[in-house]
Amino acid sequence: MAARRKKTKPELLVTGAAGALAQQVIARLREKYKVIAVDFREQVYLGDDVPSYRIDVNKRGFEDIFRKHNITGVIHLGRMIASEENRMRRYNSNVLGSHRLLDLCHKYHIQKVIILSTYHVYGANAYNPALIDEGAPLKAAELTMDLIDSVELENLANIYLWKYPDLNITVLRPCNIVGPEVRNTMSLLLSSKYCPVLAGFSPMMQFIHIEDMAEAIVAVINSRDHRGIYNVATEDWVAYQEALDRCDCVKIPIWSVPPIAPRLISNMLQLKSFPPYLLNYFKYPVIIDGQLFRSTFGFTPKYSLDEIFSYYRNLKRRR
Amino acid sequence: MKLRPLLRRIFVSEELERQYTNIAKPVGTLGYDPWGLNVDTNIVTMALFKPIFEKYFRVETHGIENIPASGPALIVANHSGQLPIDGVLIAYALATRKVNPRIPRAMIERFFPTVPYIGNLLNQMGAVLGDPVNCAKMLGREEAIIVFPEGVRGSGKLYRDRYQLKRFGNGFMHLAMQHNAPIVPVGVVGCEETIPAIANIAPLAKMLGIPYAPIAIPFIFPAKVILNFGEPLHFEPGEITEDEVSKRVDKVKAEVSRLIDKGLHERKRVF
Repeated sequence: MAARRKKTKPELLVTGAAGALAQQVIARLREKYKVIAVDFREQVYLGDDVPSYRIDVNKRGFEDIFRKHNITGVIHLGRMIASEENRMRRYNSNVLGSHRLLDLCHKYHIQKVIILSTYHVYGANAYNPALIDEGAPLKAAELTMDLIDSVELENLANIYLWKYPDLNITVLRPCNIVGPEVRNTMSLLLSSKYCPVLAGFSPMMQFIHIEDMAEAIVAVINSRDHRGIYNVATEDWVAYQEALDRCDCVKIPIWSVPPIAPRLISNMLQLKSFPPYLLNYFKYPVIIDGQLFRSTFGFTPKYSLDEIFSYYRNLKRRR
Repeated sequence: MKLRPLLRRIFVSEELERQYTNIAKPVGTLGYDPWGLNVDTNIVTMALFKPIFEKYFRVETHGIENIPASGPALIVANHSGQLPIDGVLIAYALATRKVNPRIPRAMIERFFPTVPYIGNLLNQMGAVLGDPVNCAKMLGREEAIIVFPEGVRGSGKLYRDRYQLKRFGNGFMHLAMQHNAPIVPVGVVGCEETIPAIANIAPLAKMLGIPYAPIAIPFIFPAKVILNFGEPLHFEPGEITEDEVSKRVDKVKAEVSRLIDKGLHERKRVF
C-alpha cells in the first residue's frame, strides 16, 4: 500500500538544484512530491529518492528527462546571476535555455511552472517610487546591458503566461535573498568584513531569508491556481549602510560623484560583490510591494531583519 | 547606527518624546518605513528645529486643528523661499500640535535623490520623492501629505512676484478624489522674505541640473512666518473631465489665496 502511494506522488522538476535555495525547496517538497533535480554545474546527490542530472537545458538530451519522468510541475531556479559568467553565456542560459524549458513544459503538458526572477528587473534609478507593484515597467535594461537577460527572461515568461494559460506560470520577483549558503552579490557583501558604500548614498533595501523564500516557493507549488507575477518581500525595510552596520561590516566609502567616478573605481577593483552594473542599486532604492503575494498565498515570513543580520554577525565572529 | 539614538538622548526633550509616543507610524522593526523615514532622525531634526520655529521665525499658526486626527489627508500650501523651509515649518507645526499630533510627509523635487547626503537625510526626516505613485501609496497607508502644487514654479519665484500664486498642477486633486482624502488648504506668509531672489540664472541651473539658480544674498532672513490652515475641503470621488478637475483645483487655489491674504493682513511687520 505504502509502495503504491509512493508511486503516485506527483513529480516535480527543479532546475538549479546545486544552489542553496533549490536545496531548501527540495527539502520541503520531497515528502509530498517526487523531485527530479537538475543542474548544469554539477550532479548533486540529495538522496536515493531524488533523481539528479547534470545537464544544460540547451542540450538535446535534456528532453529525455521529460520522457523518462511523468513531470507535472517545474520550478525553474537555475538562473545565472548577474555576477556569473559573461553576458553572452548568461543570455544563452537564462533566456534561450528558459525558452527551451518553457517549450518542453508546453509539449509535455506541465500543469504548474514557477520561474524565479529578481527585483533587479525594475531597475534602480533616482525617480523610483517606493513599494513598486508588479505592473510597473521593467527599467533595468535601460541602465545596463548586463541585466538584459533578466528582463528578457521575464518577457519570455509573460508571453508563455498569456499564450499557454494551462502552464499556470507564476513568476516570482524576490527582494535580496540572503542567509546561510547564499552566494549572491548581497550575501557576499554582508559576509565580508569590508564593504564598499557610495559616499552619501544609503538606499532603502529589503531582505528575505532563504528559508522564507523556500517557503514562498512551496506555497506557490501547493496552490496550483494563481498564475501571474508576484513580488516577494517582507514588510520591513532598512537603509543599506545600516544593514552593513548591523552585520558588523566595515564600510569603505567610494567617491560617488560624478557617476563615472564609482564606475571607474569598481572597474579597477573588479569586486564580484560590487560590480559596476549594479552600482545604481547601491545608490537608489528599489523597494517592492509584496502585499499581493502575501495576501494571495497567505505568506508570512518567519525571519526578522535582526535575525537575518545576526547570522552574518555571528559568521564574522566565528572566523 | 548608534549615532541617532545618542542624538535623540541628547537633544530630544521629555515633552517631545511624550508627544511622539502618541503618534502611530507604520515603520518596520528597525524604525524605517518604505520611503526611508526614520523615527529617530525625524524626532532629532524636530528637536533641533524647535528654536528655529519658535525663536527665529516666530511662527504663528492658526487653524492647525483643521488637519484630521487620522486618515489620509492632503495639506496643500503655497510654495516660496527658494528652500523648502515652508514644508519643514508645516511639518513641525503638525508634529508638535497638542492634540492628535501627526508626522506628515512632504513631497520633494525629483532632483533631491541625486544629491549625496542631503537626499538620504531628507528621506529620513520624512520627505518623499514627488511622484504620484508615492503619494497614492502613502494615502493608502493613511498618511497626511504636504503638497505644493506650484512645485518649483512657486519655490523659485522672484521677490517681485511674492504672494502671487503660480499655476497649480492637477495631480493632487486626482489623488484626493481617488483616495477620498480631504484637502486642507494652507496660506504661508513670511517664507517669501526668507531668501529674496532678484533673478534666476536659468542657463546655469540647466548646466548644473538643478531647478533654478537664484541671485540672492546667501542668508536666510528671520522673517516672521504665519501659517493659516483652512477648513478641510471634500471633493466627491468619481469620473469627471479634466476641465472639471481644473475647476476644483481653482477652488483650492482660491482658498489658499484667501488664507495668504488673511496672513498678510494679520502680519504687523515683515521681521
